[in-house]
Amino acid sequence: MRPFEEELKSLNGALQEMGALVAQSIHRAVMALVEKNEDYAHQVVRDEARINQCEIQIDDLATTLIVRESPVAGDMRFLVGAIKINTDLERMGDMAVGIVERAFTSLHQSDLPMEVGFTEMGNLVESMVLTSLDAFVARDAKLAQSVITSDDAIDKIRNTITRQMIDIMKKEPSMVERALDYVLIARRLERIADHATNIAEDVIFMVKGIDVRHRVTAGNPISQ
Amino acid sequence: MPIKTTPRNRWRNAVNDVMLSLTAVCAFLTVSALFTILGYLLYNGGKSVDLNFFTKLPLAPGQDGGGMANAIVGSATIVILASVIGLPIGFFAGIYLAEFSPKKFGFLIRYTADLLNGVPSIIIGIFAWTVVVRPFHQFSALAGSLALSLMLIPITARGTEQFLLEVPRTMREGALALGAPMWVTIMTVIVPAARKGIMTSMILGVARISGETAPLLFTALGNQFWADGLMQPTASLPAMIFTHATAPYDDWHRQAWAAGLVLLGLVFVANITARMIVSRGASLPK
Amino acid sequence: MDPSSLQQSPTAATPQAAPIKMRASNVNFYYGKFQALHNISLDIATNKVTAMIGPSGCGKSTFLRNLNRINETLRDTRIEGEITLDGEDILDKDVTEIRRRIGMVFQRPNPFPKSIFENIIYGPKINGMLKGRNAAEIVEKSLRRAALWDEAKDKLHESAYALSGGQQQRLCIARALAVDPEVLLLDEPCSALDPIATAKIEDLLVGLKDQCTIVIVTHNMQQAARVADTTGFFLLGKLIEHDKTDVIFKNPSKRETEDYITGRFG
Repeated sequence: MRPFEEELKSLNGALQEMGALVAQSIHRAVMALVEKNEDYAHQVVRDEARINQCEIQIDDLATTLIVRESPVAGDMRFLVGAIKINTDLERMGDMAVGIVERAFTSLHQSDLPMEVGFTEMGNLVESMVLTSLDAFVARDAKLAQSVITSDDAIDKIRNTITRQMIDIMKKEPSMVERALDYVLIARRLERIADHATNIAEDVIFMVKGIDVRHRVTAGNPISQ
Repeated sequence: MPIKTTPRNRWRNAVNDVMLSLTAVCAFLTVSALFTILGYLLYNGGKSVDLNFFTKLPLAPGQDGGGMANAIVGSATIVILASVIGLPIGFFAGIYLAEFSPKKFGFLIRYTADLLNGVPSIIIGIFAWTVVVRPFHQFSALAGSLALSLMLIPITARGTEQFLLEVPRTMREGALALGAPMWVTIMTVIVPAARKGIMTSMILGVARISGETAPLLFTALGNQFWADGLMQPTASLPAMIFTHATAPYDDWHRQAWAAGLVLLGLVFVANITARMIVSRGASLPK
Repeated sequence: MDPSSLQQSPTAATPQAAPIKMRASNVNFYYGKFQALHNISLDIATNKVTAMIGPSGCGKSTFLRNLNRINETLRDTRIEGEITLDGEDILDKDVTEIRRRIGMVFQRPNPFPKSIFENIIYGPKINGMLKGRNAAEIVEKSLRRAALWDEAKDKLHESAYALSGGQQQRLCIARALAVDPEVLLLDEPCSALDPIATAKIEDLLVGLKDQCTIVIVTHNMQQAARVADTTGFFLLGKLIEHDKTDVIFKNPSKRETEDYITGRFG
């Protein structure tokens, strides 16, 4: 194997590792939130530094390879995708920390009543993240497409939570602060799902060379 | 580790020195052969080369002051005529060989030309005698020219071919790609590019035939007087040297030496001209 | 931005939306008994740059050299199929007129051992194009088109070999342009040049395509990516894929193309 291919492989490995780290942080953030697990909360904050480190290393390797190899076709799509996925993963890590920050305040308080809870939303987001990472590992465009499709469900849950929290704020002014936290948490979970969707779109670009972002393509190009 | 001179080193250096000296000695022998001939000619012929030599006719043995004007003019006539016949034929044959000849046929022509080049000149003379002199019952300058042109043709053809082939193929294609027909390409690009080499090989060819004796003995024969037209026996320097040198008269021997000196001088001039043409800047990029 | 402009379809079948200048149909070509081209069919779009890439010996140069029939000057060659220029078969027409209309620039600069002026005027002269025209004007126009005028105008009557390699190659382009060709074929024109001379020629080609159709064979894939509108990939005497250059380098449809351009060939 040529050195370039070895390096592409190690870049791929680094992205998978970072993905696992980010997925873990997201899982722990959700746990810290719904099970009030303080250890997890601290761990998420600690792991963010490692995730940032990964981001820098991956960008460095990817840009070096672009400069050195002038990649084309599949190689080019992989490297461009890697840089974008890298950014998405790092943002997801930030969001996990953001969730944990809000979770700290609710650690020792009882939960607000919710129609659809964070457990459900968290599970759905986590599964989107894991699926997008699986799609990346397996270079599976169909799997990636399923992530994109489930993004709508997350948007709906977030809207439900927001609406409910606004009601609570209106009825009980003393709850405004906590309700606002809930709104922000829902927003961050939804952002994580958005990043998972971005990763899925990048995987489709890597595999098929098609840009499916912003729903510009008529029909469903993946099934072609 | 200290650098030492081993016995093996010493032996190798000695062999090296001996062999290098040997090549220098051989090079010196080569050069000295030429200078010995030149010196000998100058010594023996120099005295007899005077104005008379270039303007007077040969005299009978014992009479002083004769020259070889008729032989100089005769040689010039024969060589110029041979060039007029042989150079164009050789030149066009060379173009054919380099540019058009099919593989097998080209090989045949090339091989034939090389054989013709290697035929002893006396045989060429006999041939010319058979086809020109005997049917017309007449020795003549024309017959001599024909014999010499037979020698000039293969030299010119092979020389032309060689220098044409040295013109890069891409130059041919450059002209062809502009819409030039093959013949135009050859005459306007390839031949001009090979001009210096072709001219050099032509000059050397002419120099070579101007010294030939044997073909002339059977054809132009020789003449003590001015020849009356191309169909008459004609004097030439090489034949004159032969007849004068083999005659038993001392003053004829001196004249023979002088003729030899003049002939050699002419060949030198031709050679040097050819060298100058070549060295006046390479005509092609390397 | 108009969303439809973002749309790209990797299967956009023929790269030729533009009118077709030359078309090869089922071309087979033989050097003696060796078949160098296998059933090549390729359209060359008018006023576009068409690049041909592929490993050494893949037939890309051989194909190019059939487009102006210069391969005929080699011994023992044979061609089958049809090549058209503006719809007319070129294989049975007068070859000198074909070559006047389809110019060629070679791998190494091959100026004639003449002055710069004479090099350029050579084509118009032998094609009888000088009648009623000013030779000096033709020379200036051609040199300007080849972006060589400023560098050469003060030494028009000096030997072409006084120019640098890159300038010599631009002189050869100027010489080819002097007979107003409709198509310009270039056979690895930059392989003997340094990067700066190469960049100049690439800029030149992109500027020239308004005036003529350009076909370039290159070993340098970046060069194809930079200058070509469409790119064809040749392998073992076959045309594997011909598509928009963007598509070839971002998302080729054939495995062989991808392997070659990403360096995994062989």
